[in-house]
Amino acid sequence: MSPVNAVLRRELRSYFVTPVAYVFLVIFLVLSGILTFYAGDYYERGQADLQPFFAMHPWLYLILVPAITMRMWAEEAKGGTLELLLTLPLTLWQAMLGKFLAAWLFIGLALALTFPIWITVNYLGSPDNGIILAGYLGSWLMAGSFVAIGACLSALTRSQVVAFILTALVCVLLILIGQPQVLDFFSGALPRKLINAVAHLSMLRHFEAIARGVLDVRDLLYFLLSTLGWLLAGVLLLDLKRTR
Amino acid sequence: MIETDQLTRCYGHLTAVDALSIRVEPGQVLGLLGPNGAGKSTAMRMIAGFLVPTSGTARVCGHDVSREPLKAKRALGYLPEGAPSYGEMTVREFLHFIVRMRGLKAETSYRRFDAVVQQLQLEEVLEVCIDTLSKGLRRRVGLAQAILHDPPVLMLDEPTDGLDPNQKHAVRQLIDVMARDRTILISTHLLEEVHALCNRVVIIARGKLLADATPAELEARSRYHGAVSFSAPGSGMSQEMLGRLPQVASIEVDPLDGRITVFPKPGERILEAVETLLREQGLEVSEIQLERGRLDEVFRQITTSDDRAAEVRA
Repeated sequence: MSPVNAVLRRELRSYFVTPVAYVFLVIFLVLSGILTFYAGDYYERGQADLQPFFAMHPWLYLILVPAITMRMWAEEAKGGTLELLLTLPLTLWQAMLGKFLAAWLFIGLALALTFPIWITVNYLGSPDNGIILAGYLGSWLMAGSFVAIGACLSALTRSQVVAFILTALVCVLLILIGQPQVLDFFSGALPRKLINAVAHLSMLRHFEAIARGVLDVRDLLYFLLSTLGWLLAGVLLLDLKRTR
Repeated sequence: MIETDQLTRCYGHLTAVDALSIRVEPGQVLGLLGPNGAGKSTAMRMIAGFLVPTSGTARVCGHDVSREPLKAKRALGYLPEGAPSYGEMTVREFLHFIVRMRGLKAETSYRRFDAVVQQLQLEEVLEVCIDTLSKGLRRRVGLAQAILHDPPVLMLDEPTDGLDPNQKHAVRQLIDVMARDRTILISTHLLEEVHALCNRVVIIARGKLLADATPAELEARSRYHGAVSFSAPGSGMSQEMLGRLPQVASIEVDPLDGRITVFPKPGERILEAVETLLREQGLEVSEIQLERGRLDEVFRQITTSDDRAAEVRA
């Protein structure tokens, strides 16, 4: 069994041994349900789709993903197990990948457990299940980017609280950056082209495109590259710490 | 084999390890000895590949730890300072994790797992969470982790710290058995451990190598080496006689228990002369001892030659 797999299994197990996994699952499922029906006007819209459900996901991830990722490296650095892990025969990439995959798969599980809402919408009407599938895919990809950000920033510090706050901050920036209000605010100060470029960095914009059922390569690439980029940054940070 | 060449590590202006060159061969147990903050752990962390050297190189079984880190790490069993392990796992889960990380084949892993668990007497705590174990047990779990893949090179950072005397004895026996065909580097600040375990000692302080010798050679540097001590009530007269012996340099009397220590002049042997004299005087000597030398005294002498610098670092 490869080291990536060994790290992945250990991480996943640690989620379920500590209450982290259950707290996350319960809060995610309850909140995604409540927000969809109350804040998202699920019934009043009278449409057989899951748009209000998916629209809540960026905001749920904003709080819940940092809670999962904050301990990823910070806890190991503080508890001294980082020294144990990094003197075992594996590369930094393998360690990072194992931890990332564990968190990402775990969020995938949380997403999969929202299936009752999919059953509900199919019971109430006849939605386009292709679009719903695309919504799930987009949501999971976005979660991957969030996890990668959290993984990187957790490698930055020994303090889990700092890791949580930094991750939430970066995530909220990446969600809001494409919003018209934010862009308008900067439109006077910055050139038009830059504003457009910045708007393309927005998580929300790419996620919403996928969730509408349009699988554009550019949106998929955005999530793939941002995930890999943040993971790479995390690996570089860990490597830098060894020389400092 | 472990080789380091001019291994150096700086933290800002502070040089934690300063051009350390050591070489440990198979069959040797090298004790890395030094006061707290001497750079023992930093040196080990570099050899283990956890920290990158500022300059210089370290090799494990011929593999440079910077160029071929995975090969070096595979050849090495390492117990980090404080024996860190994942607290939320049970001992069995933790050791299985190490088995998987080390990529041991199924058959080997079962055999090694059983052997190691038996050697470190972990049978009864296999299903217990590491968090709830005593300090001594945790240290044994850390040791188990280090020797699980039966490595040719073993590096243990304070392996018996926090163990009770029986456990210390057990761990030392284990290291003794393993030492026959392996390269072992241990760090310690316990001088008794050096006697019990090591066939070579390297003393470092403030990151610098100050001595590299066998324990016996170090003892020979002590002013107590070759001294004769005895207890004899009412020996006031004979002290003067002893002082007149041509081989004797000086005499000291312990103010607490009245024990007399006779120091020889350099290169002289005085045991027989002292015994003869005492017999001629007809003194009742309850017990007489030829001193081998005191490691603690040599250690102090070597590591505190530049006291003020040491205090600044501490």
